[in-house]
Amino acid sequence: MKPNRLTECGNWVLDRFPASKFWNDHMAQYYAPKNFNFWYFFGSLALLVLVNQILTGILLTMNYKPDAKLAFDSVEYIMRDVPWGWLVRYMHSTGASAFFIVIYLHMFRALLYGSFKHPRELIWIFGMLLFVALMAEAFMGYLLPWGQMSFWGAQVIISLFSAIPVIGDDLSLWIRGDYVIADATLNRFFAFHVIAVPLVLVMLVFMHLVALHEVGSNNPDGIEIKESKDPWGHPVDGIPFHPYYTVKDFVGVGVFLLFFATVIFYMPEVGGYFLEHANFIPADPMKTPEHIAPVWYFTPFYSILRAIPDKFAGVIGMGGSIVVLFLMPWLDRCKVKSIRYRGGIFKKALFLFVISFFALGYLGTQPVTPLATTMARLFTTIYFGFFLLMPIYTRWEKTKPVPKSLTKTHSLEEQFHALEEQLPALIDEITDIKPVNSEIGHPAFKSTFFNRRPNPKGIAHVISRFFKKLVESLD
Amino acid sequence: MKKLLLLFLLLLNLSFGVVASEEVELQEANIDLSDNESLQRGAQHFVTYCLGCHSAKHMRYLRIAIDIGVDQKKMLKDIAPEGASIYDQLHSAMNKHDAEKWFGVQPPDLSLIARSRGADWLYTYLKSYYLDENRPTGVNNLVFEDTAMPNPLWQLQGEQHTKVRKTIYGDDTDLVLETSGTLSEREFDLFVNDLVNFLVYVGEPVQLERQRIGKYVIVFLLLFLVVAYLLKKEYWRDVD
Repeated sequence: MKPNRLTECGNWVLDRFPASKFWNDHMAQYYAPKNFNFWYFFGSLALLVLVNQILTGILLTMNYKPDAKLAFDSVEYIMRDVPWGWLVRYMHSTGASAFFIVIYLHMFRALLYGSFKHPRELIWIFGMLLFVALMAEAFMGYLLPWGQMSFWGAQVIISLFSAIPVIGDDLSLWIRGDYVIADATLNRFFAFHVIAVPLVLVMLVFMHLVALHEVGSNNPDGIEIKESKDPWGHPVDGIPFHPYYTVKDFVGVGVFLLFFATVIFYMPEVGGYFLEHANFIPADPMKTPEHIAPVWYFTPFYSILRAIPDKFAGVIGMGGSIVVLFLMPWLDRCKVKSIRYRGGIFKKALFLFVISFFALGYLGTQPVTPLATTMARLFTTIYFGFFLLMPIYTRWEKTKPVPKSLTKTHSLEEQFHALEEQLPALIDEITDIKPVNSEIGHPAFKSTFFNRRPNPKGIAHVISRFFKKLVESLD
Repeated sequence: MKKLLLLFLLLLNLSFGVVASEEVELQEANIDLSDNESLQRGAQHFVTYCLGCHSAKHMRYLRIAIDIGVDQKKMLKDIAPEGASIYDQLHSAMNKHDAEKWFGVQPPDLSLIARSRGADWLYTYLKSYYLDENRPTGVNNLVFEDTAMPNPLWQLQGEQHTKVRKTIYGDDTDLVLETSGTLSEREFDLFVNDLVNFLVYVGEPVQLERQRIGKYVIVFLLLFLVVAYLLKKEYWRDVD
């Protein structure tokens, strides 16, 4: 067949630019383990949210004014007078919180299945750098609406730098460009938020992915699929990322967008967690709000800061709570990657860590009371205990045998079917059938459904069985 | 470990309870943004009783007219102050320096007050003025102690004084009408409710629009999800 003009044109480009090689290396012939589960959606979702933030961010800069006198009003101008401005702004503000939800789940996946371990240490390091850059991006972006919380949140966090001995005061002055948060601060934060940090983020995402594709993805079983290959050199347990995982990720995208759209259209403030109430008051350097709380995604770290009595030690503690995450690949001495085959002690430690993370997050949104401080100290201890004691307790771990090849992941449908089969027996257990003489003669009221009454003993039995199973799963 | 967990939850709950009890209990405002008549009355009340001191500078008369279903001419004649243009924002005529001299502070812009304070707070606040000789304005407020704002609605509501009632939980302060106003208690509640309803609308004029569009977006996403799921199932048939 004679190639037509279009193919010729395409070939001309492909001879000079390795587009198809790139596509094959990273999509069509990148082999990923075939048993990815729920936890593996969040990588691609993080990329989606990043794209959302960049696109909506570009649109916002077209009407936003980085000027202490105009910033607050320009945001309201976007919300009211710019066509669809409210949608763009809500997509951006909701996207910020969504980014952290997705990233926290993505990081938790790594903890569950040991994705930070040899040979993926560098992927984890790049990921942690991404997390730090993301926090910087979110912190500086939060100043831009120039509301009371923007102003006072930034004031509190930047004043932390002044706790550093000797250079502290000069350093915080240098960061602010003024003695308080002011126009100079707003301008430089705008510059960092819209260009400097996003460039770093995109570059780090690139390196994160290059490093990932060099060693290959981990999986819920924590087995290296590259160790058993077929005659063509492809991993036996691998499938090409495209089309298998691209179509699968579309399902994840659909579910994610449903939640995302529900928040944007029906609850953009999420009860003051995504958009804080006090941030609808313009920044006023003369009036300190009664209660300064950072946005929810910073509250666990903010809690750690407040829990430590000395200011400088608090700053070290808060920094340390993030630095310690970088060290995960070397703190964990257990050879087994996946939590499925790890010992009970790690499962319990991880369980306590998750509880302390949520508790610290909650406490960070609340005003300080003596009791809350005591609780925050307790959970801070657990938080650090999880990491710092890890080299010791992971050595004692009694691991289970790791299978040679991937185990099958049950699809959602299969799980539904299993549940459906168990359901009648379960209903029988938690209810008694007691014939009731209904005054209504309709046959529907004579069916056994209406004659069932809850059976307290059965319910207690089911609940205790559930908890027993839960406790067993931690062994 | 289960007991320990329970203890944690209990303690958390306690620490929360201590903070919550310090505030005055708020009365619930009945907010209905689809009630155009209420919004029209609220707009009228706002211009008559609030705009003298407070602006709502992020809002335009035209936008209000379109959103609450009022003819532009009627808007200018019945609601907007004399001489305003339909394209104007709701600016106050009060001069900043005068305001500071008279009240000590500049009255805040009310465009976003419902989003920062909440509807119930505004509703209760406007109803909770009482006579207090120690204040320069002669009145104080239960919800916002030592507020700089005099009671703009006193002629309508009448004047209230506090009455302390002893309960098993400690002292409880009630407000009792001393002199009656031009409106009955029920009429006054409705009046304040209309005003707060309008302020909630002004806080985010796009609320109804976004909820309307949201339905279509969610239906579209559900369809997308079905297609994506079927596509995934088809492709994955040959795996496992």
